[in-house]
Amino acid sequence: MNRGLIAVIVAGLGLLVLPMVLVSMGQGFYLGLLTRIMIYALAATSLNLILGYGGMVSFGHAAFLGIGGYAVAIAAQHGIGTAWVAWPMALGAVALFATVIGAISLRTQGVHFLMITLALAQMVYYVFVSLRGYGGDDGLSMSRRSSFGWEAWWPTRGDTGFYYLVLALLALALLCAHRLVRSHFGRVLIGVRENEARMSTIGYPVYRYKLAAFVIAAVLCGLAGVLNVELNRFISPSVMHWSQSGMLMVIVIVGGLGRPWAGVVGATVFLGLEEVLSHYTERWQLPLGLLLLALVLARVAGWRLPRDTGKSLQHV
Amino acid sequence: MRKQFGGLRVTDGLHLQVRPREVHALIGPNGAGKTTLVHQIAGTLKPDAGTITLDSLDVTALPVSARVQLGIARSYQITNIFRSLTVIDNVALAVQARRGHSFSFWRPVQSDTALRDEAATVLDRLALTEHALRPAGSLSYGDQRLLEVGIALATSPRVLLLDEPMAGMGPQESSRMVEMIDGLRGQMAVMLVEHDMDAVFRLADRISVLVYGRIVATGTPQEIRRNPEVVLAYLGDEEIA
Amino acid sequence: MLWIEQLLNGLQYSLMLFLFAAGLTLVFGIMNLVNLAHGSLYMLGAYSAATVTALSGSYAIGLLGALVFMGLFGALLEIVLIRRLYRQDHLTQVLATFALILIFNESVRIVWGVQPLRYDIPAALSGSVSIVGDLRYSAYRLATIAAGVVVALLLYWMVSRTRVGMWVRAGASNREMVQMMGVNVRRLFTAIFSLGAVLSGLAGAALAPLMSVQVGMGEEVLILAFVVVVVGGVGSIRGAFIAALLVGMVDSMGRAWLPGLLGAVLPAHIASDLGPALASMSVYLLMAVVLMVRPMGLFFPGAPSLLPKWLRRHPPMAANAAPGRASA
Repeated sequence: MNRGLIAVIVAGLGLLVLPMVLVSMGQGFYLGLLTRIMIYALAATSLNLILGYGGMVSFGHAAFLGIGGYAVAIAAQHGIGTAWVAWPMALGAVALFATVIGAISLRTQGVHFLMITLALAQMVYYVFVSLRGYGGDDGLSMSRRSSFGWEAWWPTRGDTGFYYLVLALLALALLCAHRLVRSHFGRVLIGVRENEARMSTIGYPVYRYKLAAFVIAAVLCGLAGVLNVELNRFISPSVMHWSQSGMLMVIVIVGGLGRPWAGVVGATVFLGLEEVLSHYTERWQLPLGLLLLALVLARVAGWRLPRDTGKSLQHV
Repeated sequence: MRKQFGGLRVTDGLHLQVRPREVHALIGPNGAGKTTLVHQIAGTLKPDAGTITLDSLDVTALPVSARVQLGIARSYQITNIFRSLTVIDNVALAVQARRGHSFSFWRPVQSDTALRDEAATVLDRLALTEHALRPAGSLSYGDQRLLEVGIALATSPRVLLLDEPMAGMGPQESSRMVEMIDGLRGQMAVMLVEHDMDAVFRLADRISVLVYGRIVATGTPQEIRRNPEVVLAYLGDEEIA
Repeated sequence: MLWIEQLLNGLQYSLMLFLFAAGLTLVFGIMNLVNLAHGSLYMLGAYSAATVTALSGSYAIGLLGALVFMGLFGALLEIVLIRRLYRQDHLTQVLATFALILIFNESVRIVWGVQPLRYDIPAALSGSVSIVGDLRYSAYRLATIAAGVVVALLLYWMVSRTRVGMWVRAGASNREMVQMMGVNVRRLFTAIFSLGAVLSGLAGAALAPLMSVQVGMGEEVLILAFVVVVVGGVGSIRGAFIAALLVGMVDSMGRAWLPGLLGAVLPAHIASDLGPALASMSVYLLMAVVLMVRPMGLFFPGAPSLLPKWLRRHPPMAANAAPGRASA
């Protein structure tokens, strides 16, 4: 049992008992913050898959947060209140959008790809802004969280129950990401990041793999969007503004781009900072911007963390 | 085949035939269009006219990755390896490419012993086994060139295009490369683009001479050596031993 | 005659969009720099114009002051920060300039507050001018169109006909060579960035009286500018011009006509939502269509010409020119 695994188990146990500790201290409010952190950790982990491991600089990832969330909210408005229907619908919608957006964008590279994902995501944003039937700019609320039917013994509609649901899903997603990166598919993804041109000249139809990774990451992010709307029982188009995609990127970078815990670490630091800083000033984005700039300049000066290239094939 | 850039005809009515399992060297003065030809055969450039046939299958319209799947692999004149990955991972990626699709998301690649063994075999051939777990970028220049060829080799090609494998190598490193290519004889067709005449005359079954975008002569090393046109156009009046 | 007015509105918007995008495409094409903070320069142009106008009481001084300020600010920003980013990968540039957006936006909020600033059309241009028959059009908008055309021509002339323009184009493909020929590349790049800042600021100041001066105004236009740069081809001024016309027209006309058109064909409650949605989408649909046919944009340097052979002046160029070059 190596140290890393022990640390994870300890942290996991800590997260399991934390709600009870917080509630008993009368600090139940922080449950909401922690849940939010976990949701963003999920979104950031999904971005890390394509950005950190695949090298695809997508500036439209937040769109999937929005599509996932809106799908559930819209379903609720039309009377679909059960999660077993609403959630798969939402994820299916995300997968569909991601396939279309990815199919168009991935024909381009580098900066063109960046700008196109940016523009396409912004297009989605404007579409939702103009849907007055579903709240438009003001957003859409849900009267209650979707139900799973197990509320008798697992009250996922309550704050504590929902916290555990998110925790479970985050753990599952992290496990899946962990396996994905070490699988054959993951090696291809890393190869594409390291030297895309060479990958196609050794016989990989690179486009297909990038598209698959793009859709997988989108669906994970869509799940985060679903959880987000369930948490707040509210969603507005601002959640998919391109600046949100930028924030997601910042989270991943702060957490260590291309390393396995980037999403979790980044979300904790970023949202934690936001929480702390906003107690002092409404203009907390200023110190945030300065911090980010400092980080980038440090990177420029050469203080780079090594990226995760996975464990090498052990050679006997 | 024909290929031109603006007013410059880089490939000008070129006919070339490589026989199965022969080592066919392509020589010619600088700027004759050798690398452009490699690009066209590999698929990174489209010829303006002409066809490329592999065993009577027309591959001209196929993208690069499809050609590799059919058995055309190339190595680069300027080393183009995966510098941050280990040596064995470099090779394993190429081996993996040829084993059908890689849409396997759960099983760790570490448990794929068949992949590991095949990669190890290729490394053996390159005599790079001792460096297997080092990052490829930390290898010496000569070892990197060997790995460069090795990556192409690991895709089990039928035709191996080597673009100046010995570029920038000293005599000791060059002889290692020559040994390695010699060991491939009879297993696949090798098209060797090179300037190193010793290596060419030692390895080649046949030689084609490319001048200004077209082949001016094809034949055995003896025939080429004696061909007056070739000697004039390319070899100058050097005495070839 | 409504359509003439809408056409002119579209033209006006396109020209300002061109000014804004020209700086972006130049900086990107020549210095290979993605600058997300370009929108902030647009915003600063508007804020500085509004402020100087309020302080001096004169629109002309306000505008001039803003342009001077933007030139100096752009140069300072380039020297202090931007030049460190040229050799970095695009992700790093994106992050750094994104950080700048956060910093600029919050700084502006701190200095000027969160309420939009007041910035009026100057009295001299507040009337309307008759153009065709008894159709009258805003004098201010006409002035903007005229200014846009003049600046566009000046820009084109500078890049394609002057020595400086030649250095600019050469500096993109081969810095070292140009340096050896005695051109101070550093100063050249500072000048280009500064020019981009002036153009953005001008666009911001020109459009501000028609829209509003508030934080975040730059980000709205930035996306459109990206679309313009991508559709036109990175580094191409001509491409930016044509693309800006396309994008600006599609956007303006789309917003003006699509809801009405749809309303004629579809039931009202669908059309009232779908109309604006499609109008917003129309620009991106345009981009997607262009990119499917020409993934590198319409006029990227080295692109085969769009004109049929018999109309072309120059022979067709190589199809695989390296990126990072600017062209007229």
